[in-house]
Amino acid sequence: MFTETFLITLFLGAVMAGMPLLLAGLGEQLSEKAGVLNIGLEGMILAGAYAGFLVAWTSGSSALGFLGGAGAGMIVASLMVVFCVILGLNQIVIGIALTLLVQGLTALLHFVQFSRSYPRLDGMQSWPVPGLSQIPVIGPMFFNHNPIVYLTVILVAVFAWIYRMTHLGSALQAAGDKPAALDAAGVDVIRTRALAVLTTGALAGLGGAFMSVAVAGVFIPFMSHGNGFIAIVLAMLARGRPLWVLGGALLFGASLSMTTALQVAGVNVPVDVIQMLPFAMVMLVLLVAGRKASLPAALGESFERGAR
Amino acid sequence: MQSPVGAAVSEPPATPGPVVALKGLTKRFPGVIANNNVSAQIFPGEVHVLLGENGAGKSTLVGMLSGLQQPDQGHIEIGGARVTVTSPRHALSLGIGTVFQHSMLVPSLSVVDNFTLGGTWWKRPDREGQAARIVETAARLGLRVDPFALVSTLSLGERQQVEILRALMRGSRCLILDEATAMLTPHEAVSLGELMRRLVAEGLAIIFITHKLNEALAYGDRISVLRLGKNAGEIGPQELRAQTDAGNTARIIALMFGAGSGSAAGEGAPRSGREPGPLVLEVAGLTAGAGRIPLQNATFSVHRGEILGLAGIDGNGQKELAEALSGQVPSAGSVRLNGREIGGMTVGGRRAAGLRYVTDDRLGEGTVGAFPVAVNFLLKEIGSTPFWQKGLEKPQAIRAQAEEHVKNFDIRTPGVQTPVGKLSGGNIQKVLLARELTGSAEAVIFAKPTYGLDVQNIRATRDRIREAAEAGKAVLLISTDLDELLELADRIAVIDRGRIRGIVDNDARARDAIGRLMSAGEEP
Repeated sequence: MFTETFLITLFLGAVMAGMPLLLAGLGEQLSEKAGVLNIGLEGMILAGAYAGFLVAWTSGSSALGFLGGAGAGMIVASLMVVFCVILGLNQIVIGIALTLLVQGLTALLHFVQFSRSYPRLDGMQSWPVPGLSQIPVIGPMFFNHNPIVYLTVILVAVFAWIYRMTHLGSALQAAGDKPAALDAAGVDVIRTRALAVLTTGALAGLGGAFMSVAVAGVFIPFMSHGNGFIAIVLAMLARGRPLWVLGGALLFGASLSMTTALQVAGVNVPVDVIQMLPFAMVMLVLLVAGRKASLPAALGESFERGAR
Repeated sequence: MQSPVGAAVSEPPATPGPVVALKGLTKRFPGVIANNNVSAQIFPGEVHVLLGENGAGKSTLVGMLSGLQQPDQGHIEIGGARVTVTSPRHALSLGIGTVFQHSMLVPSLSVVDNFTLGGTWWKRPDREGQAARIVETAARLGLRVDPFALVSTLSLGERQQVEILRALMRGSRCLILDEATAMLTPHEAVSLGELMRRLVAEGLAIIFITHKLNEALAYGDRISVLRLGKNAGEIGPQELRAQTDAGNTARIIALMFGAGSGSAAGEGAPRSGREPGPLVLEVAGLTAGAGRIPLQNATFSVHRGEILGLAGIDGNGQKELAEALSGQVPSAGSVRLNGREIGGMTVGGRRAAGLRYVTDDRLGEGTVGAFPVAVNFLLKEIGSTPFWQKGLEKPQAIRAQAEEHVKNFDIRTPGVQTPVGKLSGGNIQKVLLARELTGSAEAVIFAKPTYGLDVQNIRATRDRIREAAEAGKAVLLISTDLDELLELADRIAVIDRGRIRGIVDNDARARDAIGRLMSAGEEP
């Protein structure tokens, strides 16, 4: 069954399914590094999926759709900033509230706008890299993708560079580990955390838009389907390492896209079993690697100067 | 945050006036006046000790100097100019660097990244250059620092050195060390003392905050005593040098506690040589713990009315022993209380049988900080009569019992409903003592009972331990303070690397014998 077609289908499926996980996971990693446990990630993805579809469908441009998705994610994230970073409310409660809010709101808007017509977007063209995409097996696997895919892979490198090589990287680390030390060094902890959360929102929103615009071509209520929560797990396991998020996202993406690949290979397994895979995978990975996952000391704690 | 005042300060005053002056600082918190009209002058080239017992207002004073808190009245002058210190960052720009009791380094960053923290965000930190400067400054002060080590891998003493270095390299002319020795090993404390001497020799002013009298005398050029938030008195350099240590000690104790207080150490004669009562606690072959130093094969017994001391350097299996006895960690071997085997019992079962454990982790496992004092008295018997009946709380019974404890044990608390975490260390210890020493106690284990307490509370706690033995309880006293053991215990056991090396009677030769057992070397 492990034919060339099966492998290519599985890999491409893993990329498509893993991309929202990767974007959201990178964002969550950033936000956790800065000390904000962003449980609202699922909501940010969903907001991005809805807004991305709406903008792409109205304007006819998928590029604008992606921008709209990122913007919508940031709007949800800005609520998180106000409630959790500035006002210092409980991050878990607010995160859950935001997710529920966005789920309800997007389902309602979808019902009002699209429930009669069910519009579909045309599939997106991939951008083959000239020359490289002609190589057998490797070409179609790595060099024939949606532009967002290339962008995201570059982002992984950029984040790794920021974390290791810039003052911003140290500041983010300090915001999550010992915010008082960062404050004493003259960096605004609130602003650092706000920047991290807003970026998270934009990335998660972009991931959501990728889901609706590039993969599905439609918006379906609740279509984020637990991706945000898987991304939270990914970020926790990867701790500070963006490359680990990439690996994890591909792994989960592969289990999400197993159905299609198995059908291509002519194996018939009930869809429900396959759909369980990613979540079984989460538990398995947590069992194996979860013990070693260390989290920032001040994760989930609001910062107040001089408080003990 | 460079203020105009900061610029004025950079020119040194013509005459060696004070670097920093506190003028009548007053700070109120709900229900307490933490600082009441406190004044002090800090001179360059001097270690100025701020001495006071727990709750005397030392931390609040540091908070105001370092910009964490603002005074309600009074002000701070730096180099003769009046300033308002708005934040730790601002304090640093004014030349006041603070090393707080709890580390202000980011543990997950390297030493050098902690120094470069706060640079322009998109730039690369100049790690090599900064590291070279760190090594250079460290060498000048006789310190050895690895700039690329992760802070979390450093010992507490090393972290403190790094913080002192950082404060200096950022241009501090007045260094505040807040309870700097509280977390250090004795050896590290001595090197800190030497470092302070070298720093003041370079013309720095140091404010050294402590509640330990011997440190104040050992390191201080000038000692200010705080008592109940007020200036109780100051001893200048000439006076300090003119007197003997004993004379200075007596003077400071009088200042700290008012005249007539006894000293901390030994009024009570050694208790050795009395008739032993019947055996109460018999421990045989007790083995526990899987850490670096597990407890191995501990065998000893304690008689009725006897205090058995356990001497040893901290971390040699004392905690494992205490927790194995109280049932908090799994153990092998036999523990008998009044002839009855309790080794297989749960924590609650052992307590019901009469075994009590006064932990040294008072806020962690001893009490629940957010619970009222009254509930903390009952922490180990929640749900039992007469304080709970048919699952319902009986507030009156709880309150009545709490008020009795507060009276009997002289616990200073605003009320029995005050969260126990708001009390001072000494009063939290009294809450623990009240809980563990009342009721049906037969045998009591004290783990480092006077650790971190001030002189008066040490006195009170030692009296309680003695009373417990006189009331016929069998006492196991674990302590790292040999003088305490020599004062209180009938016999003293020595523990080293998880094994009990021997048990000696507390007589005139005990000190030598214990010293020999502690340095006995390899496995017997």
